[in-house]
Amino acid sequence: MKNIDSRTHTRGESVYLDDIPLLQGTLFGAAFPSPIAHGHITKLDISEAEQMPGVVKIFTYQDIPGENQIGGIIQDEPLLAEQEVDFCGMPIAFVVAESNEEARAAVKKIKVEIDPLPVITDPRIAQAQGALIVPPRTFILGDVDNIWQACTHIFEGTADTNGQEHLYIETQGAYAIPQENNGLKLHSSTQSPRATQQAACRIIGVPMHFIEVDVTRLGGGFGGKEDQANAWGAMCALAAYSLKKPVKYSLHRMDDMAMTGKRHPYSSDFKIGLDENLKIIAYEVTFYQNAGAAADLSPAILERTLFHCTNTYFIPNVRARAYSCRTHLPPNTAFRGFGGPQAMFVMEAAITKAADSLGLDASIIQKVNLNKTGDEFPYGQLAVSEAHACWNKAEELYNLEAIREKATAFNTSNKFLKKGVSVMPICFGISFTNTSMNQARALVHVYTDGSVNVSTGAIEMGQGVNTKMLQVAAQVFSIAQEKIRLLTTNTTRIANTSPSAASATADLNGKAVYLACTAIAERLLNFVAEELHTEASNVALKNEYVYLDGERTEWDWKRLILAAFLRRINLSEHAHYATPEIYFDKLKEKGHPFAYHVYGTAITEVTVDCLRGIYEVDAVKLVHDFGTSMNPAIDKGQIEGGLVQGIGWMTMEEIVFDKAGRLRSNALSTYKIPDIYSAPKEITIEFLQTQTDNLAIFRSKAVGEPPLMYGIGTYFALRNAIKAFNPATQIPFDAPMTPEKVLLALYSEEVAKLKEKHEQAVRNMAIS
Amino acid sequence: MVNFILNTKIVATDKPETFLLLDFIRYQKNLTGTKIGCREGDCGACTVLVGELKNNELQYRSFTSCLTPIGNVAGKHVVTVEGLNMDDLNPIQQAMIEESATQCGFCTPGFVVSLAGFCLSTKEPTEQNAIAAIDGNICRCTGYKSIARAAAKISQLLQNRGAEEPATFLAKHKILPEYFTSIKERLQELALGKKSTITINPETYPFLGGGTDLYVQKHDQMQKTEARLLYNLPELNQLYLEDNKCIIGGAVTVTDLKDSSIIQEHFPSFLNYFRLVSSTPIRNMATIAGNIINASPIGDFTVMLIALRAKIILTDGINSRQIRLRDLYKGYKQLDKKPEEYIEKIWFELPDRNWKFNFEKVSKRTHLDIASVNSAMGISLQADIIQRIRISAGGVSPIPMYLEKTSTYLTGRLVTDQILTEALEIAQSEISPISDARGSETYKRLLLNQLIKTHFLILAPQFELELTDT
Repeated sequence: MKNIDSRTHTRGESVYLDDIPLLQGTLFGAAFPSPIAHGHITKLDISEAEQMPGVVKIFTYQDIPGENQIGGIIQDEPLLAEQEVDFCGMPIAFVVAESNEEARAAVKKIKVEIDPLPVITDPRIAQAQGALIVPPRTFILGDVDNIWQACTHIFEGTADTNGQEHLYIETQGAYAIPQENNGLKLHSSTQSPRATQQAACRIIGVPMHFIEVDVTRLGGGFGGKEDQANAWGAMCALAAYSLKKPVKYSLHRMDDMAMTGKRHPYSSDFKIGLDENLKIIAYEVTFYQNAGAAADLSPAILERTLFHCTNTYFIPNVRARAYSCRTHLPPNTAFRGFGGPQAMFVMEAAITKAADSLGLDASIIQKVNLNKTGDEFPYGQLAVSEAHACWNKAEELYNLEAIREKATAFNTSNKFLKKGVSVMPICFGISFTNTSMNQARALVHVYTDGSVNVSTGAIEMGQGVNTKMLQVAAQVFSIAQEKIRLLTTNTTRIANTSPSAASATADLNGKAVYLACTAIAERLLNFVAEELHTEASNVALKNEYVYLDGERTEWDWKRLILAAFLRRINLSEHAHYATPEIYFDKLKEKGHPFAYHVYGTAITEVTVDCLRGIYEVDAVKLVHDFGTSMNPAIDKGQIEGGLVQGIGWMTMEEIVFDKAGRLRSNALSTYKIPDIYSAPKEITIEFLQTQTDNLAIFRSKAVGEPPLMYGIGTYFALRNAIKAFNPATQIPFDAPMTPEKVLLALYSEEVAKLKEKHEQAVRNMAIS
Repeated sequence: MVNFILNTKIVATDKPETFLLLDFIRYQKNLTGTKIGCREGDCGACTVLVGELKNNELQYRSFTSCLTPIGNVAGKHVVTVEGLNMDDLNPIQQAMIEESATQCGFCTPGFVVSLAGFCLSTKEPTEQNAIAAIDGNICRCTGYKSIARAAAKISQLLQNRGAEEPATFLAKHKILPEYFTSIKERLQELALGKKSTITINPETYPFLGGGTDLYVQKHDQMQKTEARLLYNLPELNQLYLEDNKCIIGGAVTVTDLKDSSIIQEHFPSFLNYFRLVSSTPIRNMATIAGNIINASPIGDFTVMLIALRAKIILTDGINSRQIRLRDLYKGYKQLDKKPEEYIEKIWFELPDRNWKFNFEKVSKRTHLDIASVNSAMGISLQADIIQRIRISAGGVSPIPMYLEKTSTYLTGRLVTDQILTEALEIAQSEISPISDARGSETYKRLLLNQLIKTHFLILAPQFELELTDT
């Protein structure tokens, strides 16, 4: 089944935040961001801006009737700066004017004087100064300290990954509309309606039932609108509540890029120990997470980093320590993978370091260390593993050996073109690691003509979750998909939603839809059994008819519904689902946090142009553990999209902050995400379809985040290609592998000469 | 008053000519299928088609409406995604759906419009050309493979088009709505009622060409600025040969140049270079003169034209003067040009048969990106001796550079690895790159060396240079 939004998408008829028809009298907002990264505000002058044409009011923190606080996990983030600014782009004031242009023009007239304070952009410096968001966390398995002496090989190193801009093509935004009795309806481009509702209520100082948050869909989210949609929702709510007028704020791209957080950059130290059979028996890793200026979701992301510190390998002795470091960058936030990819990059770097030093291909070490069912993760959960199944299938199906031989032959016969091959196995845990968030609700109404409306807490942002919800309802009722509509996500229909995140949205909400539909179906079957003078167990719903003992009856769906209604059977259900079995004890750092894991293996082939230092991804061939996919077309799209996003993170997407904490890659002209020609020339996806029982909806495993991590394979394939040209070169583990880094690695000897001769000034850029 | 046809209807607006087409479409006409992604021509979510009569042929090209002043579409046909919709899905939309080429959907209308532009063009209906038509559209969800599959399917729809006018063919086969068949006539009628000259605004107003530079990150100001629009002036839209001179009018776009028979005949390798320059919609809008006047140290055409020894003719409408292109640049973004002057023509001499040319560009992303360093080289050899050589480079100094000393040194020499090493040393002494978001100083220095070596490898393989130890 195709995505149910496809028709309106291709016709340009789908409604996003900026497309909502405006009410008469709608005002427009624009935030005034801090021009510097850290300092004390000594003077804020809004007088000239207030006199600008069309300006209605300029809000500062003093105009906030409630609490000036939007922090989620930790209360450390004001909506509008008070005495201090902590990052460049931090909102200081919110201008409301009669038009968007007037609001933007007035923002430029606001003057602020700030006494600068020292700016930290490097997480290691922050850690050294004790600037941590939360106390460090440590996961321990076995006894790493006493196993080093048993290791045949020990290697140490560092590995860095840069951040990543979400670059949802629809920017952030909100539209608040006053209702009677001080209520507000808040349209928001948010992945987390509850969080946006809560933030807005807190700012205004009203209980949560005063604000209704409504979301039709998002033009992309990827984690960037999980907590970071709240500020704009709260600003519009504040202004609409105060002015009694509808207020809209749809962010300009450059404002969005400057003011919002991104994927966390990490800097990490690793130490890996192998025995004589290349089994990794010891692994010690320290993560320095660059959290930015406020907690946002960083503590949860830090936790997921620890959960994924050994990727898909079984290592009996592990100590992983993680610091969430407070710097003066915009608060970094959720991004597809949520700290997991950063950890997996370090693990792969450690293995590669070992392989390079031992003169082996990394895949030899990777393969012998893949986990198997029953192996313990460092957090105590036992694996139900498909790691070997995925690896072996990929190796055989795609003929890894032939791929390698071809690359070697190519490299022998080409002087300036070199191929590189890598294998990237993944293992990703599914569930919110905060157990309490693993709950969802659905509301299903069957109308008297047999048509059905479904509401859930899931946000549709392109991942096709609404299509899957519809499939669940259609399957339980066994009716045509045309009879079912998915409604907007609305906090008055579904309260207390968990964010659409953690790849778990379809699982959680799908199970809730399943429970709701099943409850209605049971009532219908009981009713019709009575009418047919039989037991409920003898009747079933099938293809829009009631079947009795396997035979079609005269009772079609429409007749059944109308008759049930007349007999006063409840045709509506609100159902609640909470994932069973999962728990996590943060004191012991042990538990069973994940409903299940998703596995996969990708083989990546790249070609590096060693004259120009540019490259192409020739092919990514992968085997992915789908469980039993309930929508292969949508799931395949998630794999392709996640993979290319991961390749972007590992190759061309380079966030550049200068030392003053100003974003230099602040527009699409300076921050490049993959275009159609950057996608691999070939992507082949083989479904590992398993029947194993799991907690996924219809055994269809979550597919949102895991494929991003296949992109890490591109980094290591590029590395291999570079080494084919220049075996002596030393390549630091420092992603992304931009064309600059490639060329500098290809010609490391010439670089030294050039630097000696010409470099006048040290590069005044801090790449964080 | 600006008049044009928007989808099926003639619109007349008294908004200033500099008003943005994107804002006009979305907020004046409430056609919300055209999306706002970046407002700087880098994502394609706001793509529209602009149809105009050229030599009585109806020609459609894709534009990013975020950089298009409405004055530039005066008298033309503007097509948004709504203008492609029929009661049933059109086959472009069907292909996108069948291939699951839409996820969040925000970029989708832009892709559909660009693909419709491909269908309306006279390009050979190959998969490669269909994909080239969407090279300016960014999608963050799909990873593009499904979109490429849809594009391939769409190219199949056009296999039997033959020589038929695209609009007629597409309407007949229900690929696009019927009204496209009447557009040619309606544009002719619109032209009759139109003044033949562009409004002459006071001399103090800036000149505005394709908009692809002036509107980037400055759309707020530009909408309020009055300007002298050059884009539709017929005398600036000429591209022709005069004796041995190739003459490019001041409003000739990159696509005009790319599609011209002159380029295809005399510079067949240029087609490869065009692909490295921005994207299809930007090439459709951007003028060659704009690339020059923008004075970016990294302008792709500027660098090519310097190696071609181009000259420009500047005019204030009354008096004209000619200078060498390389002499135009006096410092970072400083030009030997008075405010009242604009480029009337650019010209260069067609080279002789011995002469060979190569252009190299490296950027973070190979397509739709600004170069870290670019370079062009023209060379003619006789019996393996360099008769003439011109090397230019961008991104290595405050201005686009002609590497004069390097070129002089190489003239008259037989190239060996040793000579090349010395030439590169000279090149390094001529340049002064700085570290910025496009790369560190060291990278740019190394990259220029590599690009010059690449020129030789491509243009003079007979030297059998080792190129690895310099």
